[in-house]
Amino acid sequence: MKYLSEYRNFEATKKYLDEIHRIATHNWNIMEICGGQTHSLVRNGILELLPEKVRMIHGPGCPVCVTPLNLIDKAIELLSNNVIVCSFGDMIRVPGSKKSLLEAKAGGGDLRILYSPIEAVSIAKENPDKEVVFFAVGFETTAPANALSVLHAEKEGITNYSILASHVLVPPAMEAILDDELCSIDAFLGAGHVCAIMGTQEYFPLVKKYKIPIVITGFEPLDLVQGIYMAVKQLEEERHELENQYARVVKEHGNKAAKDVIRKVFQVGNREWRGIGEIPNSGYVIRKAYRKYDAEAKFKVGNITAPENSDCIAGEILRGIKKPNQCGQFGKTCTPSNPLGAPMVSSEGACAAYFNFSDNLISS
Amino acid sequence: MNTSKLGFDTINLGHGSGGTMTRDLLDKIIFKTFNNTFLNQKHDGSIVKFGGEIAISTDSFVISPIFFKGGNIGELAVNGTVNDVAMCGAIPKYLSLAFIVEEGLAIDDFIKIVNSVKGAADKSGVQIITGDTKVVERGKGDKIFINTTGFGEVHPKANISANNIKAGDKIIVSGLIAQHGMAIMSQREGLEFESTIESDSTNLNFLVNDLLDKFGNKIHLFRDPTRGGLASVLSEIATDIKKGVAILENNIPLEKQVAAACEILGLDPMYVANEGVFIAIVDANVADAVVETMQNNEKGKNTACIGEVTEEHPNKVVMKSLVGGKRIVSPLIGEQLPRIC
Repeated sequence: MKYLSEYRNFEATKKYLDEIHRIATHNWNIMEICGGQTHSLVRNGILELLPEKVRMIHGPGCPVCVTPLNLIDKAIELLSNNVIVCSFGDMIRVPGSKKSLLEAKAGGGDLRILYSPIEAVSIAKENPDKEVVFFAVGFETTAPANALSVLHAEKEGITNYSILASHVLVPPAMEAILDDELCSIDAFLGAGHVCAIMGTQEYFPLVKKYKIPIVITGFEPLDLVQGIYMAVKQLEEERHELENQYARVVKEHGNKAAKDVIRKVFQVGNREWRGIGEIPNSGYVIRKAYRKYDAEAKFKVGNITAPENSDCIAGEILRGIKKPNQCGQFGKTCTPSNPLGAPMVSSEGACAAYFNFSDNLISS
Repeated sequence: MNTSKLGFDTINLGHGSGGTMTRDLLDKIIFKTFNNTFLNQKHDGSIVKFGGEIAISTDSFVISPIFFKGGNIGELAVNGTVNDVAMCGAIPKYLSLAFIVEEGLAIDDFIKIVNSVKGAADKSGVQIITGDTKVVERGKGDKIFINTTGFGEVHPKANISANNIKAGDKIIVSGLIAQHGMAIMSQREGLEFESTIESDSTNLNFLVNDLLDKFGNKIHLFRDPTRGGLASVLSEIATDIKKGVAILENNIPLEKQVAAACEILGLDPMYVANEGVFIAIVDANVADAVVETMQNNEKGKNTACIGEVTEEHPNKVVMKSLVGGKRIVSPLIGEQLPRIC
């Protein structure tokens, strides 16, 4: 299977799009959970190929967007205290309350952009006289690798490594969105890669409680149009079921080894979501047994707080209540080179996706 | 060159002092390697003659790593500037060459780079006519930085200007995109991954000259999409000419391995740097012939027509995706950052 060509095939994609046009008789609001899906929808121009009746609402599944502001300030504080801070790439341009990690780097901080937290453990090993912190953000998808880095450091007896963790979980966020009285969502496209780790089982209770279709969906254009088709079909047939479009990757029970690693290092706890606020039991916190790898405890930065920019409506964007182009600051005072909030920074953020790929066309 | 005869293994601050150590370095490496009538005068500068209009372009090279698959900083410093001069519709003739070396650079590495400069200059038919070598303390540089300035004679048939571009003009890309950036990325510290992707660094001046000989003022613009990639250059052009640029994703020459590497790292090949590729915007009447000429040249064998200039959506680049949707192609803002997941 040629994943890069066959799932971007014009004819196959068109077949599903034609079917969606044929079967959609009502107005439907479908939320794609994951920022990767938002990115792919706009990057491939799929939104304009859908019938007007099918509206995609962009969900909160962008790790960069929901990482609380104070956590960025904490990472910057560590940088200014001579700590080597390692981070995934798109986290570094997100503005904290005063500056971004990238600006802190220009000011002399030792910031490293990595693809894997395991590399951060190697950096700690190579720099025994320095403290090394990995900025461990993300959903269930990145949690196993971050947990593994802690286990790896423990096994190697490395004591100068810790993680600044802000892991969030998808199902509690979906529940918070559905409980919001302004919620107008009729169906979800589930986040394919999150489910590759966690499996599909934890979504059954949501389908049952809220009587809402959930289709676990992949990221390629063909995945997305098939997922949307499956969701529209359920809605038109008045069904509400859990379906798995992304079966080539997502199994019912997920990835057991990954889940074991997560469970060993993390436990479920309350988490603050940027723009949304605290959601009970919506994230992972480091277990007591691994507290010495918890950067917040190790460096006593736990008390740093930071207020959000009051002009930014990221919270409403992330909950699907407003679209980026409904924000008064969009494209004016808020652009990717001068972002007011995180959704304008990450390529998975709904605002940046609109700005870069689609909506500045309409506004021209 | 037998480095043991030089009497030093690394470059140190003394080599930039202007005293006998500097002279030693110049005599034993620089003058010996380039050995031309301009440099052999060992004067403060050189005097050259030009018949008509001159194109001048300067560029600094600060790449890390300095040695990479498919080349090194030396040939890059020559090809980069030679190509910039060629993009002006000129025939590159002379280059200046200035090094800023961080103390401690192995002399073997320096010699390799100098030899590579010489090889690339010979291949593109340019002479190094003046230069400079400075040495900075350890930590004040990154091994070696190079600045080159190129001087070229404008081709008699050339009339390269964005002002000549009109709606209907075709946009042609001379080769596979994103090769250079991904070759560098695959070797960058912390990101190493196994690949056979090589930098496409090469000179483009002969192919450009060939096109100007044949098509003259039917060629409206040349640009090389180095940093910022194809997307950024096309966006700049659209803004400059206040017209639209419409391109087809399906037509963009992209090698499978490079596409896969971009996918894995979460990068968009449209924003990845190129070194041996240029864009030609040409009159629609000659577009097919231009493509054919380019494809018959080794350096343009993967040439493709990727789109055209339009009156619609002025100032914007709009790409039709593989699945038939349309999207804006924006210029790169800051550095392209790898995505989390």
